[in-house]
Amino acid sequence: MTGAHPLRAKRRRSALRTTAFLSPWLIGFAVFFLYPLLSTLYFSFTRYDGFRQPAFNGLDNWSYVFTDYPLFWPAMRNTLWLVLVMVTCRVAFGLGIGLLITKIKTGVGIFRTLFYLPYLAPPVAATLAFVFLLNPGTGPVNTLLDAVGLPTPGWFTDADWSKPALTALALWGVGDLMVIFMAALLDVPKEQYEAAELDGAGAWARFRHITLPNISPIIMFAVVTGVIQAMQYYAQPLVAGKVAAGVIGGSGQQFEPGYPDKSTLTLPQLVYNLGFQRFDYGTACVVALVLFALSMAFTALLMRRRGGLIGAGE
Amino acid sequence: MSSAHTGRRSSKAVLHWVGVHSLGVAAALFFVLPFVFLLLTSLMGERQALTRDLWPDTWEWGNYAKVWHTPGFLTWWRNTLLYAGLGTLLTVVSSVPVAYALAKFRFRGRRLALLLVIAMMMLPPQVVVIPMYLFWAKQLDLSGTLWPLIVPMAFGDAFSIFLLRQFLLTIPDEYLDAARVDGCGEVRTLLRVVLPMARPGIAAVALFQFFCAWNDYFGPQIYASDNPAAWTLSYGLESFKGAHHTNWNLTMAATVLVMAPVIVLFFFAQKAFVEGVTLTGVKG
Repeated sequence: MTGAHPLRAKRRRSALRTTAFLSPWLIGFAVFFLYPLLSTLYFSFTRYDGFRQPAFNGLDNWSYVFTDYPLFWPAMRNTLWLVLVMVTCRVAFGLGIGLLITKIKTGVGIFRTLFYLPYLAPPVAATLAFVFLLNPGTGPVNTLLDAVGLPTPGWFTDADWSKPALTALALWGVGDLMVIFMAALLDVPKEQYEAAELDGAGAWARFRHITLPNISPIIMFAVVTGVIQAMQYYAQPLVAGKVAAGVIGGSGQQFEPGYPDKSTLTLPQLVYNLGFQRFDYGTACVVALVLFALSMAFTALLMRRRGGLIGAGE
Repeated sequence: MSSAHTGRRSSKAVLHWVGVHSLGVAAALFFVLPFVFLLLTSLMGERQALTRDLWPDTWEWGNYAKVWHTPGFLTWWRNTLLYAGLGTLLTVVSSVPVAYALAKFRFRGRRLALLLVIAMMMLPPQVVVIPMYLFWAKQLDLSGTLWPLIVPMAFGDAFSIFLLRQFLLTIPDEYLDAARVDGCGEVRTLLRVVLPMARPGIAAVALFQFFCAWNDYFGPQIYASDNPAAWTLSYGLESFKGAHHTNWNLTMAATVLVMAPVIVLFFFAQKAFVEGVTLTGVKG
């Protein structure tokens, strides 16, 4: 061995050391990411029910998903709706609440805590609470709306209102964005505002020409991470649909997902529906890969070398 | 400055104060009222919970005892604590060295390693669930247990690694160099120098991981759904509503009981939390 050479020995030691420190993740990456991802790709070209051996069937699953599976396009449309509307609303509202909290002078700690708390509510608990709050006949929200003479929608029981109801739930949990925006807003250099004020810029002009450019990377961050979250949106629409439909919980429950009228169906639910209710693992893997392609496309936006939002430390 | 001028100015300031704070109160109502209605309903009788009433006629504190003694409820608690507690411990222990290497070591492929961590962080769990389920259920015969949920956490969690790395980047290299000059190996440097300084970052990661497991619905649904003895609070809560589908009062009491620990923990660890959230977004 040439290990006697001191520099080479040192280099080898340091490579060994790096590998040792990274080893938990290297194993995790191989076992919980790479292997299942390649298996998913393989299964997507097979007919597979988990019992008989996977049988290669070419692009059958793929063409079934895109042309015949009646739930795919509704789920895709809902996911895109949530990506567009829910993310826009969440970012705008989060920014608004962030701006508001930086202006509050008295009791700011209390306000911040109150705005933040719902973000912590477990999603299933928060969803149950909202299905109850927005219960069309008896829920407190419609009782209040009725009292002031506003229309009382059917919310989670009405296909036109179920996604807006989910958006309301998402706005309730906007505390994470508030914190991020608040930190970014407090980082904007004060001198820029003072200079603009001397130039006679009004509140809107200052927001438009100083605040926005300064925090635009954070807005982009919130948008892209929001889009990725929206594509993974699972527990809330599923639980809302099931509870509003009055499905009795427990294992092995078969029910048409997306109540009412497929309106709360999202892509991740299809993986569950195909794989764990219909035992069609091959087709479930096709949907999983569609989801993968979409989320990685948006992740690439986050990580572009130039203008990327998450640097790699260079 | 004339007094008239200051007068106008301060009255404008007062108006601004009133405007901002009324908006604040309005927003606070939006965030707080759901909790209030939740609590009020959880204390109503079964019949009243089905009406439009907002205020309980009688205060049924016994609802909470009833939920607490529902068969299974305590098991769900134990399972959730086990999943969240053990999982958090494993995640922290396995993620710290990885984050340290990514933040402080120079090696070939460092950028690639970080990109892969971020890719894993963004991966929806549904993408790989089919092979993972088959692996745990068919090959190891461990479906219906908490093991498929807990064991993966011993291999570093991408989000925790990323968050910890962001935090460790803020620790100046000079401290590490000083320790190395004093003859500390990397392990000693990590344990003696870095860990004490990284305490807030580790606290944030531990809290996030704890809540992530506490809130997890998909994992228990996949691996534990056919064995109620392995259900967690999130999964059990949904089934609870299903089994008591007319009892909104009990369901809301159960909901309160599931939310309460999260909120209590937040009050003890507010700072770590806010720091963690800020770290993900702002110092990216």
